[in-house]
Amino acid sequence: MNNILVMPMVIPLITGIILIFLRSFINLQRWISLGVMLAVAGLSAFMLKMIQTTGIIRLDFGNWQPPFGILFVGDSFAMLLVLTASVVTAICLIYAFVSIGQAREKMFFYPFVLFMVAGVNGSFLTGDLFNLYVCFEVMLLASYVLITLGGTKPQFRESIKYVVINVVSSWLFLVAIGYLYGTVGTLNMAHLSARIAEAGQPPLITVISILFLLVFGLKAGLLLYFWLPGSYSVPPTAVAALFGALLTKVGIYALFRMFTLLFYHEPQVTHTLIGVMAGITLIGGSLGAVAYKDIRQIVSYNVVIAVGFILVGLAVATPTAIEGSIYYLVHDMIVKAVLFLIAGTMVALTGTAKIDRMSGLIRNYPLLGWLFFIVMLALAGIPPLSGFIGKILVGQGAVEGGNYVLLALGLISSIFVLYSLMRIFKNCFWGETIISEEEQVSLKKSLLVPCVILTAVSIGLGLGAEGLAVYVKDAANTLMNPSVYVEAVLGE
Amino acid sequence: METVIIILAGVLVTVATYLILSKGVLRIILGTALLSHAAHLLLMTMGGLKRGGVPVIWEGDGIYTDALPQALILTSIVISFAVTAFLLVLAYRTYQEKNLTLMARGLKDE
Repeated sequence: MNNILVMPMVIPLITGIILIFLRSFINLQRWISLGVMLAVAGLSAFMLKMIQTTGIIRLDFGNWQPPFGILFVGDSFAMLLVLTASVVTAICLIYAFVSIGQAREKMFFYPFVLFMVAGVNGSFLTGDLFNLYVCFEVMLLASYVLITLGGTKPQFRESIKYVVINVVSSWLFLVAIGYLYGTVGTLNMAHLSARIAEAGQPPLITVISILFLLVFGLKAGLLLYFWLPGSYSVPPTAVAALFGALLTKVGIYALFRMFTLLFYHEPQVTHTLIGVMAGITLIGGSLGAVAYKDIRQIVSYNVVIAVGFILVGLAVATPTAIEGSIYYLVHDMIVKAVLFLIAGTMVALTGTAKIDRMSGLIRNYPLLGWLFFIVMLALAGIPPLSGFIGKILVGQGAVEGGNYVLLALGLISSIFVLYSLMRIFKNCFWGETIISEEEQVSLKKSLLVPCVILTAVSIGLGLGAEGLAVYVKDAANTLMNPSVYVEAVLGE
Repeated sequence: METVIIILAGVLVTVATYLILSKGVLRIILGTALLSHAAHLLLMTMGGLKRGGVPVIWEGDGIYTDALPQALILTSIVISFAVTAFLLVLAYRTYQEKNLTLMARGLKDE
């Protein structure tokens, strides 16, 4: 029965392999990949329920007992993220059906999306450090292909940078794993946690933990985000939306795992450092978001701000703040996807990404305009929408922990988010209509459908936060009490 | 013995860092290849270089070298091999499209 835990990784992987053989049957590829993602979403929702009744579930591959074999561990935190990732991918696929174009679809677009999702889900579920590295590489290799697929000039320019940066950060990951193995002598996360707790995290392990902070900081865009705005603004819209929604979030997930499960004994060193990095990320992201006139750049810098904000929760590390971060993480995956989709649609409609060359779009495309408006409010954290509860909980946690500087930076960054998006809204949707109604490019309804669904999910998340609360509480509980995780893996 | 290998890995990292910070795309790729060599050496050393038999069960006298780092290295070699192959082809395509091999000025839009 526990075998179900491997499904979120294996189903996309196998389907991806099968789709390679169905290269020329584009329609078949579309529906199979959509069906598979919906099935994975259903399965992970089922598992999320199951974890509530049976506790953390784990699957030992090949029946090797925990410290020796590779294993998958499903707790509420991982499963919430798997569920969100699958839902977002399914909806982005609907957008890709219409927008991505036959040429890319024939060159294995859908298999690579599925491989990337397999890597993402594997990273969320694994309970072994080296397996996490491998899942990261599965995800990254697929993302290298997706960022270059199509081969336009800006894509070439940015993809070399993207690949090299990720090669360097993967190298750093490998080095950190090597050091940790040399010091502690195991790679199983629960076993690592137990051994580090036994040793009381001597300075050597703290140094290794900072190495991990650098690695995942590079992957998540925490402080080391210089590569992010460029690479997220070149790929086609559907791919950019997937990147914005999934890739940095895996880095954030890994940071949460590392610094709540393994390296939690020296918070005055590590968590202070995370706090400083998160603070600078918030400032840098805010500056970037207001500095540019390119819609894609503004949206990419909004990803950076969100990373900073979520990591504020980890830096504070009170139960409330962690809960807030989890809410915000789930919200951000959904809302960033729809933000990228709407921005991409605007660029496709007007043929330019500069905000001062667009004006009065609301007359031609009212629905798109109001969707953008709702998303903007959700991102800024206006009460009935989904960003509110996360922000308020992180804020409350920061007050409890006495981190007033981070609290202030977090709140000010919300204003910058609102301002940067309001600038797009005001410049592009309000004002003189420059496209007459005869000349306007017709907006395909099928492009709007995924945006509407995602916005509805986001509104639902805001209104139905109560329903999610059980799972988030459980997830935060596991994160705050590593012994729960360790016992679930090493117990019996 | 560990000290010598660690110093060797350090030298490799130094050279690789220098190469990655240079302008030519090919030099950068060479740098990444050297980086992965250094990481693999380091993994092997961190597992311990103490003398022992080959980790094959019917050879040796019961004392074996640690087999886990070798498995990790094997996995990581194929991964870095795949990434390097991809990166080389990417560099080749960029050269074809834009006829440029320098990162600094070259890859900006002309």
